[in-house]
Amino acid sequence: MNHFNPGALDILWLPLVPLIVVAVGAVVVLLAGVRVSDDDSEGLGWIALAFLGAALLFTLPLIGQSSSTAFAGAIAIDNYAAYFEITVILTAAVTVLMSLEYAPDFRLAGAEYYSLLLFAALGMMLMAAAGDLIVIFLGLETMSIAVYVLSGLMRQDPRSNEAAMKYFVLGAFSTGFLLYGIALVYGATDTIKLGPIAAALAGAKGGSPLLLAGLGLLLVGFGFKVAAVPFHMWTPDVYEGAPTPVTAFMAVGIKLGAFAAFLRIFLVYFGAAATHWNQVLWVIAALTMTTGNLVALVQGNIKRMLAYSAIAHAGYVLVGMTAAGAQAGSAVLFYLLAYAFTNLGAFSVVAALERRGERRDAIADYRGLALSHPGLAALMVVFLLSLTGVPPLAGFVGKFYVFSAALNAGYVWLTIIAVLNSVVSAYYYLSVVVVMYMTEGEARPIAVQAQPGMVAALALSLIGTVMIGVYPGPYMGAASSAFKSALSHTQVSSRQLKLRG
Amino acid sequence: MITWFPIVVTFVVAGVIVLVMTSASRMFGPRSPHTRIKGEAFECGNPPSGPAWGRFSVRFYLTAILFLIFDVEVVLLIPWGVEIRRLGVFGLVDALIFITVLIVGLIYAWQRGAFDWD
Repeated sequence: MNHFNPGALDILWLPLVPLIVVAVGAVVVLLAGVRVSDDDSEGLGWIALAFLGAALLFTLPLIGQSSSTAFAGAIAIDNYAAYFEITVILTAAVTVLMSLEYAPDFRLAGAEYYSLLLFAALGMMLMAAAGDLIVIFLGLETMSIAVYVLSGLMRQDPRSNEAAMKYFVLGAFSTGFLLYGIALVYGATDTIKLGPIAAALAGAKGGSPLLLAGLGLLLVGFGFKVAAVPFHMWTPDVYEGAPTPVTAFMAVGIKLGAFAAFLRIFLVYFGAAATHWNQVLWVIAALTMTTGNLVALVQGNIKRMLAYSAIAHAGYVLVGMTAAGAQAGSAVLFYLLAYAFTNLGAFSVVAALERRGERRDAIADYRGLALSHPGLAALMVVFLLSLTGVPPLAGFVGKFYVFSAALNAGYVWLTIIAVLNSVVSAYYYLSVVVVMYMTEGEARPIAVQAQPGMVAALALSLIGTVMIGVYPGPYMGAASSAFKSALSHTQVSSRQLKLRG
Repeated sequence: MITWFPIVVTFVVAGVIVLVMTSASRMFGPRSPHTRIKGEAFECGNPPSGPAWGRFSVRFYLTAILFLIFDVEVVLLIPWGVEIRRLGVFGLVDALIFITVLIVGLIYAWQRGAFDWD
């Protein structure tokens, strides 16, 4: 009888400490908040923030470590994981700041709200650090189940109920696709570890229908989570119905988590076999950008408009993925960081204007905002310009890197489509600016209370958006070192394969 | 063929028991007149039919969720119990972490009043 040997698992706790801190934080918030009434949840938010801060501190020592794995390859230790973990923690922190006044005002159940937020962040971080398909699946489910509940937390609001129901049913369905894909890939290659799967894909059996069908199903599963076009139907309804900070968290965090795993599988590990999948991604990218931007043109609700804009931005990321290669990989990572701050900012402004019983989320509600709330209007302009891609803001640099990577890889037509789409998007982003600044104000001024949390969220997003745009060098450096560190896993594993062969 | 003989015996015994019981109750049992309620299918005392969209108390949903906590616990602890010697201290720590997480869920449900039926 062979004895189970925990030593063979190469247990390394250090890379897991940030995740454990976030998980413990979620539990602490849940238990601390059990007796806290819904309109008094600010303290719980601060506890959540403290744990996120601690997690951030514990992520820092992971930067710059040489790429390795732990737990028999289930957890990857590299700059790539650290990059996404830091971005996810910042996203969660900005979301918490945004909610400090919003959650009590809308009577969101505090204990559940902050705890689920942390659990979702945990799932995203796990997806970023995952080294095999099962851990990716675990992370995806941890993230998704928490967010299904979060989107329905406004229990008295039928739109919120609809959002939760739609997201849950469609999300469960797409999880089925992903899981079936994992099963087929396992069936074809006899492993769930990404390295050997990539080797099989690049090897003689690479064209096996079973493996390719598995890849296709994985693509569908991730396509749903990042809201790529044939799988985007849920996005506007869910984004509109969910509480606005949750919408921000979904638009940014879920994309970060899903893209972290998506990119690691396809771009990093399957990059050498890109011919198997990038034609499909070409089509999905073109469809996603075009549909997102065209439908956004006719939206009358700002959250729906931002939802379609989020779809379009997923399309730009997919352009970078289609290009494949190290340059495209770094560009895409950088783009996701720029997108995170910009979108968090835009949703913060939307959340700042909402009050209980008055969901001011029609674009018409923004009439005359420049007069009633000049500061918020100006911030909104900055974020919308960054989403459009106007220099010197983060969105511009991100698009510049992604599109030039696509051009260098020879995808001229795809780049042309992407640039045309950016031009189209300027129309609906700028029309919000027009509504705010150039129409007669009938916007009911709202009592501006002291909202330190919201101010902090807006300030962080603004700093991120402007700083990344003006001085992109260090962030691009971080993105490219992150991508390279992930790539070095594949080189190690192919070297090992050669040695064995 | 002989291997199937015990099964044949089982069937015969079962048939004889049923025959004896029904004929005994027919011979010795009291006779009451046939009524509508008597003609209905027996469903442990519940009315056997009703509208399909019956309404349940939402509390049953909480009971089901609570059941899930213990159900999952048992599902994972039984395999662990079978392999406890091989897994050793490592498995013990793992199981304790797992139980802790479940207990947190239990405490949460308790404190939120999921156990108060009224």
